[in-house]
Parts: sequence; structure tokens; C-alpha cells
Amino acid sequence: MFAGFDFDVIQRALPYLWQGMLFTLGLTALAMVGGIILGTLLALMRLSSFKAVSLPASAYVNLLRSTPLILVIFWFYFLVPIAIKQISGDSYAQGIGPFHSALIAFTLFEAAYYCEIIRAGIQSVPAGQVNAAYALGLNYWQATIQIVLPQAFRNMVPILLTQGIILFQDTSLVYVVGLTDFMGAASKVAQRDGRLVEMYLFAALVYFIFCFIGSYAVKRLQLRITPPR
Amino acid sequence: MDFSFLSQPAFSGGGTYLGWVITGIKWTMLVSIFAWIIAFTIGSVLGILRTTKVIWLYGPATVYVEVFRNVPLLVHLFIWYFVVPEIVPRTLGLWMKQGMPMPEFWSAVLALGFYTASRVSEQVRSGIQSIPRGQTQAALATGLTMPQVYRHVLLPMGYRIVVPPLTSEFLTIFKNSSVALTIGVLELTAQARSISEYTFRTFEIFTLATVVYVLITLTVVVIMQVVERRLRVPGYIGTGK
Repeated sequence: MFAGFDFDVIQRALPYLWQGMLFTLGLTALAMVGGIILGTLLALMRLSSFKAVSLPASAYVNLLRSTPLILVIFWFYFLVPIAIKQISGDSYAQGIGPFHSALIAFTLFEAAYYCEIIRAGIQSVPAGQVNAAYALGLNYWQATIQIVLPQAFRNMVPILLTQGIILFQDTSLVYVVGLTDFMGAASKVAQRDGRLVEMYLFAALVYFIFCFIGSYAVKRLQLRITPPR
Repeated sequence: MDFSFLSQPAFSGGGTYLGWVITGIKWTMLVSIFAWIIAFTIGSVLGILRTTKVIWLYGPATVYVEVFRNVPLLVHLFIWYFVVPEIVPRTLGLWMKQGMPMPEFWSAVLALGFYTASRVSEQVRSGIQSIPRGQTQAALATGLTMPQVYRHVLLPMGYRIVVPPLTSEFLTIFKNSSVALTIGVLELTAQARSISEYTFRTFEIFTLATVVYVLITLTVVVIMQVVERRLRVPGYIGTGK
């Protein structure tokens, strides 16, 4: 089965693949940070008692959660340049490049998923905490930032990181717009050298190692930080 | 927004662009449904195996879940489409490359099915494990054998508990079926992209595709809410009202 297996191809391609992996890791980290910040705002909006605030947030989250990621990536590839031309008023405005388009698409897409995680996290904080904060004279933002969110995030960290691992896998879909992330690099080498078997199995192995170690670490972390009850 | 291009004759194939959209919806549904059959069957078996206490039953099932869950779907798809025909015995590989009808479609179905099976198995396992141990003990005490306990107590209860998460797994398969465009399955997203390339009506066609995805999702959700209500186990959280 592996008689004709050519390990040399992999070795020669390693520097190129590493470049791709750096792209993947960078995109994952930035989209995760952006997604969590935006997701927190969306979650606070969804939990608001003002319909005018909560409805748009719900609509956004439900829309993105029922749309395939690939379609969202295509959407942003198409929309971002138009938006830039609109904003700058210059019909020949330069694009922001494929990396930033992908970053915006992933941030906005993941924000919908992070929103649901964070909303559940906020709802898991006992109501007495908020009441006590208000009783002490804190206003909404003080109570949210100093009382509610720290406790909510403490409970959520493992799930947020697990979602980060899913995001890490999802970034492989930038392949559809031709970006050179890890998978894109592997597939370019595979097609250039006609070594599909070696490259795709190697890509699978690398993703497996990263995600397996990642989810093991999350499991350990979860055991450590679960607050005593 | 001008949707009149939909009735124009398409660049190829003889129909209209609306025909392309409908073909796309058909392939999206076919990939999703066939993949779901695989995912549900294999996922159920794996999930049940993972709840047993016999290492050579739950061991391999655990390895399967860890391996399949930790590799992106796109990689699965490429492995089924490009790698599997190369590493299976020569005659079978040759058949997969030349004789097999619709190789893209079946590769997508297999990849999506076996990938989602690992996720379904986690849901089935958690459903079975959420049943209080007392029920198993009571069933054993009344003289049922372990297979009978699964058949008459654990599975009927477990499946009813996991209807909601299984619904969302089906919707995930439905959305993930768009990944099949990378190996050339002309499902909805792929059709939307090629229509946008031929007509430059990008905004309209992407809007249409998004609306179709949302509508199908909503339909499934509404149907499953009825199913859920009928299958609900009385006395559990979320079953009030």
C-alpha cells in the first residue's frame, strides 16, 4: 500500500507548508479574537430587553448560522471591495487583499457562533450577582464588565477554545478562493508534483496532531479551572 | 435588484439560469440526505459501542471519533476523492476512477457521511449516558440481558432525548454539503458561483442562494419542532408547558 510512498516530497515542501501553517494560525488567532469581541457585543445585544437592540442581533446570528461558510466567504469576497469603494468614494480604490477579506469573513461568521456560546455563558451567571451589583450602585456597563463577564468567561473558556479548534479546521475552506493556507499549500504542492496521496495524508496527519493536542489541552484546562461548587 | 436574468437561456445546458439553481438545490438535497443516512447509521453504531464497558468495543469506536473529528472536512473530501482510489487494491481503484458513476457525488457523500458520523456518535452517546443508571439496573434486575436493556430501555429513551441535537447535526450536514463544490459537485453554492461568473448578477444570485438555504433550514426546524413535541420524554427539563 505504501510501497510507492515518497516521503521526500513532503520533506522538500516543508518550508512552503510551514508558511501556509503560519497563515492558518494567524487567521485562526485573529478571527478568534475578533469573533469573541464581536460575539460578546452580539450576545449583550441579544440579551437586551429593548426589542430594537435584540432583534437585529438575533436576525444576524440566525442568518449566519443557517448559511454555509463557503457561501459567506464568497459573499465577502464580493462585498468587501464594493464596500470599500462605497466608503472611500473612489471607484478605483485598492482592495484590502485576500488575507483581510478572509479575516473579515471569518470574524463575522464566527461571531455568530461565539455569540451563542457567550449568551449561554452570561445566562449561567446567577441573577443575584447582577442584582447585587445594581444594589451597590453600579450601572449597566460597570455591572456587565466587572461582575457578569468575568464570571461568564471563566465558565466559557473551554467551549470558546473548542470553537477555536473548529475555526482552525474551518480556515482550510479559504482554499475555495485560492489562498495559500496550510491546506492550500499542501494542495498546490500535491498538484505541482503529482503527489496527491502523500500530501493529503500528510495534511490530515498534521491537522489531526494539532487538533488532538489542542482538544486534550482544553480538556485538562477544563478540569483545572472548573470552579468548585 | 433585478432577477430577470433567471429566465434567460443559460450559457450551457439548454435551460435557464433558474434551471441551474434548481439543479443546485437538487444536488444539495441529495448529498445531504445520502450523507445523513451514512452518518446516522454509523454514528448510532459508534455511539452505542462507546457506551459499552468492553474495551475492544469502545476502544476502536473512540479512535474513530478522535481521528475523524480532528481532521477538517475538506481534507476528508480530498482523501476520499483523490487518495482512496490510489491506495485500495488496483482493480477496485481503477473501477473507482473509471467505472464508478458520479465519482464526485459519491466521494462527497462518503466523506460527509463518515465525517458527520463521528459527531452523531457523540450525540447518541451523550443521550444514552444521560439516562439515569437506575433504569439500567432496574432493567437488569427484572431479568433482561444487556442487549435487551439497550433494545427496550436505553435506545428508545436515548433517541428521544437527542432529537434536538440530531436536528442541528442534520442542518450542519446540509450546510457542509457546500464543501462538495471543491471536488466539482454542482450543488447550490457552486451553481450560484458559476451563475455570478456568467451573468455578473453576483448580488442577486448570492441573495437567492442565501434565501434558499435559510428557507430550507427554517422548514427543517419547523418540521422537527413538531417531531420533537411528539417524541418528548415527559418529566425532563425543557418539556414543561
